[in-house]
Amino acid sequence: MSVTVLEGKNIVRDYHVGGGLFRPSRTVHAVKGVSFSVDKGKTLAIVGESGCGKSTLARIITLIDPATSGELFIDGNKVDIAKDGLTKEMRRKVQIVFQNPYGSLNPRQKIGDVLGEPLLINTDKPADERRDLAMKMLKKVGLGPEHYNRYPHMFSGGQRQRIAIARALMLNPSLLVLDEPVSALDLSVQAQVLNLLADLQDEFELTYVFISHDLSVVRYIADDVMVMYYGEAVEYGSRDEVFADPKHNYTKTLFAATPRADVASIKARLAKKKAA
Amino acid sequence: MPLLEIKNLTVSFDTAAGPFMAVQGIDLSIEPREVLAIVGESGSGKSVAMLAVMGLLPNTATVKADRMAFDGIDLLELSPSERRKIVGKDISMIFQEPIASLNPCFTAGFQIEEVLRFHMGMDRAQRRARAIELMKLVGIADPEERLNSFPHQMSGGQCQRVMIAIAIACNPKLLIADEPTTALDVTIQKQILDLLVGLQAKYGMGLIMITHNMGVVAETADRVIVQYKGRKMEEADVLSLFEQPKSNYTRALLSALPENAVGDRLPTISDMLFEPAPSAAGTGSATGAAS
Repeated sequence: MSVTVLEGKNIVRDYHVGGGLFRPSRTVHAVKGVSFSVDKGKTLAIVGESGCGKSTLARIITLIDPATSGELFIDGNKVDIAKDGLTKEMRRKVQIVFQNPYGSLNPRQKIGDVLGEPLLINTDKPADERRDLAMKMLKKVGLGPEHYNRYPHMFSGGQRQRIAIARALMLNPSLLVLDEPVSALDLSVQAQVLNLLADLQDEFELTYVFISHDLSVVRYIADDVMVMYYGEAVEYGSRDEVFADPKHNYTKTLFAATPRADVASIKARLAKKKAA
Repeated sequence: MPLLEIKNLTVSFDTAAGPFMAVQGIDLSIEPREVLAIVGESGSGKSVAMLAVMGLLPNTATVKADRMAFDGIDLLELSPSERRKIVGKDISMIFQEPIASLNPCFTAGFQIEEVLRFHMGMDRAQRRARAIELMKLVGIADPEERLNSFPHQMSGGQCQRVMIAIAIACNPKLLIADEPTTALDVTIQKQILDLLVGLQAKYGMGLIMITHNMGVVAETADRVIVQYKGRKMEEADVLSLFEQPKSNYTRALLSALPENAVGDRLPTISDMLFEPAPSAAGTGSATGAAS
């Protein structure tokens, strides 16, 4: 039987923009009542353009920001960080990987310390145990023990993203939120990181919330797809449903805008160009 | 006569660990009215080669070439001041980060008019009229209003449109677009690509598109050069590149596209480079360049 790890009901998030002397304050509705649920070991992809509220939703799921209204369930328990605050246990369960691997690692912190820090803060494991676990995790994500004492600037973009993934996995989370994890990476490195994510998902039975604006990546990795547009979920269904039969106009625009790299569409384009 | 002709271009940078060869013997030529795509990963030297053409490399770079000619003019012989008359007028370039490549201290209008003043010697009223015309051409709504906007007041897509307006202001013969859409959303990417290709066809420019996105190549290019670690791996017209890639590296790039995934795993470049080529036509250098 499948276990639901994450469920959101009617999640709303408003931001209040303070007014000035001659400017009234206003409210920005970043997320307008979004509902979703993800089963254990599955991947939900959230697609949309910049400003559509997908990163806001990621922050709510990761328990960084509270939702203005709506209910969020993680592992079946209702979570409301605005009222109850956050326990170490909750922090352990959900982790996030950010988009820009250059900005999300402290340049003055060695990789070993980057990986050990979640354990230092959230557990009372002794130093040698933390070190062992960090070494093991380095190997899991395809790096080596020789990388333990290096600084972030000594790594390439793809390697840094591996480090960010390793850091997120140090506390054995059940849910991993990936906020555009491969959009800053080259094609070949992107393939490696996607493979790594797929391997880790199999090994640890991880549940992913994968945020992206690249439909070809989503098609490869997702089980379910949610398309967001101006804070609303305009389309939500299994990957095959959404890709085979997009219902909303925005989804159709999105599909039409994605560059196609197959021979048939190149032929069509060249023929059109010749005719013009 | 080719619009731009480069033979055996080598660019090296002086570093503490000795010279670093960013571009190693690239040949390239583009005809008028042609769209050429240069594809490669970061570090493949695709931007550096074009910066060398523009003369925008820092002093630490050494540029050598057997021939580098634009429209019959030998770029290697020109003095810096003569070169500045060509660069920005007849050859112009669009960069990857639209917001970072505009000057934050000046309005969009000022930055468009600056080119017109320098290269075309127009007076104030002519410049203003031309700037509005250009803004309309690149699809910016309310051009009169937007001329007075600063870069931070506009979105990434709009900034890229302003960059394009600056680049085409003097009707260049050759436009070099260095990853023009990498920082943008797919829907905006589509609009910008359509705009670039539309302008290229309308004014008969040569267009060099530098990218790492095979989708962008498929949507825009006539001819493609694939580059890896400063060397040219393959050159072909777009259809034959996608139908029958000759080099191992191109094949690897194409199969790393998520939409081409067969089964659960994506093949990565390193998986492919160590495999022997299925046909003898593959260039052997791809295997040698892997490390």
